[in-house]
Amino acid sequence: MHEWALAEAIIYTVTEIAEREQFKEVSRVNVKVGELQQVDLEIIKFALTQLKRGKLKNTEFRIEPVRARLKCRICEYVWDFNKNELDEEVAEAIHFVPEVAHSFIKCPNCGAQDFEFVEGRRMYIESVSGVR
Amino acid sequence: MLDPRIKAIEHRLSQVKNIIAVSSGKGGVGKSVVSSILALILSKKGYKVGLMDLDFTSPSTHLILGIKGLFPEEKEGIIPPTFEDIKFMSIVYFSKDKALSLRGQDFSDSFIEILAITKWNKLDYLILDMPPGINDATLDVIRYMRKVKFIIVTTPSILSFSTVKKLIDTLNTLKIEIIGVIENMKSDQTYSIGEELGEVKAKFLGEIPFDPELEKCFGNTKMLLTTKFSRELEKIVNEIRM
Repeated sequence: MHEWALAEAIIYTVTEIAEREQFKEVSRVNVKVGELQQVDLEIIKFALTQLKRGKLKNTEFRIEPVRARLKCRICEYVWDFNKNELDEEVAEAIHFVPEVAHSFIKCPNCGAQDFEFVEGRRMYIESVSGVR
Repeated sequence: MLDPRIKAIEHRLSQVKNIIAVSSGKGGVGKSVVSSILALILSKKGYKVGLMDLDFTSPSTHLILGIKGLFPEEKEGIIPPTFEDIKFMSIVYFSKDKALSLRGQDFSDSFIEILAITKWNKLDYLILDMPPGINDATLDVIRYMRKVKFIIVTTPSILSFSTVKKLIDTLNTLKIEIIGVIENMKSDQTYSIGEELGEVKAKFLGEIPFDPELEKCFGNTKMLLTTKFSRELEKIVNEIRM
């Protein structure tokens, strides 16, 4: 479960923030997860419930997906990422390292592989709130 | 917008005693061969060794060592496959050896992603095969792997050594430890760069003569370890403290 490692990364980061902000308790953490990475949100949620302790014991984690959109740097065409257009092996590779999409995905308009991720590339922590 | 992967990197590397980046200012000087054979030599000596190919656009350590058919195990992160007792990580697992052109931020994101999810566990040495130049890979390694030390590879050519001097200068400015410089592909006709290293404050580790037999040994670790190149590199490894 690669998702477990991502959940650990959230816990490490929020724990550090809680120390820095001198929170007695972390009440809520909002996390956005880009769909390009095809992370299983249920596994992330489960991992977080297993990993949270100390100041994070009662933390509510809100995990929300973000649609992945790509933009061609050559013709500026913008399109939505669609996992169903990829074969299983390629989808798995992008799941681990999303940038390898540059090896497999082409702009539907001009065929270039020089594109950027407009949104939905990865996971990030949007906000952390707590009680001092 | 906090990137939780950054904090994870120090946890993933917490049981790695030494991180050694094999680097150069120029391509084609033998970094990947030095990295690969250095990993083999250290592993043969009984150390726990990892090898990570950071040349994402032109990875070659898997070809030098003859690694194929491996893929990381997914277990609360990813576990690098072991090849001849070396834990080996490369972008080729994911790019399937297809062309991969990455701009700066895309390189950094791939680098951070792999470091954040790779579970090396206990290692004595993690060897990094760096891409050529002083670019995103060099800057990211310095930024996210604070205990990294550099071995710099050059050929006797002034074209290579002039860029190596810039790399040494950059690392010295950033107070990054340089183990020293290896002069590769030495031939009798060329002058020694050893004397010139004093002025740029880097130790000369030794020279490796040009070995015409090396190419035919790529893909076969037993043959690689019998080459003159390997014997000379092992002499250098025995002389230095890493």
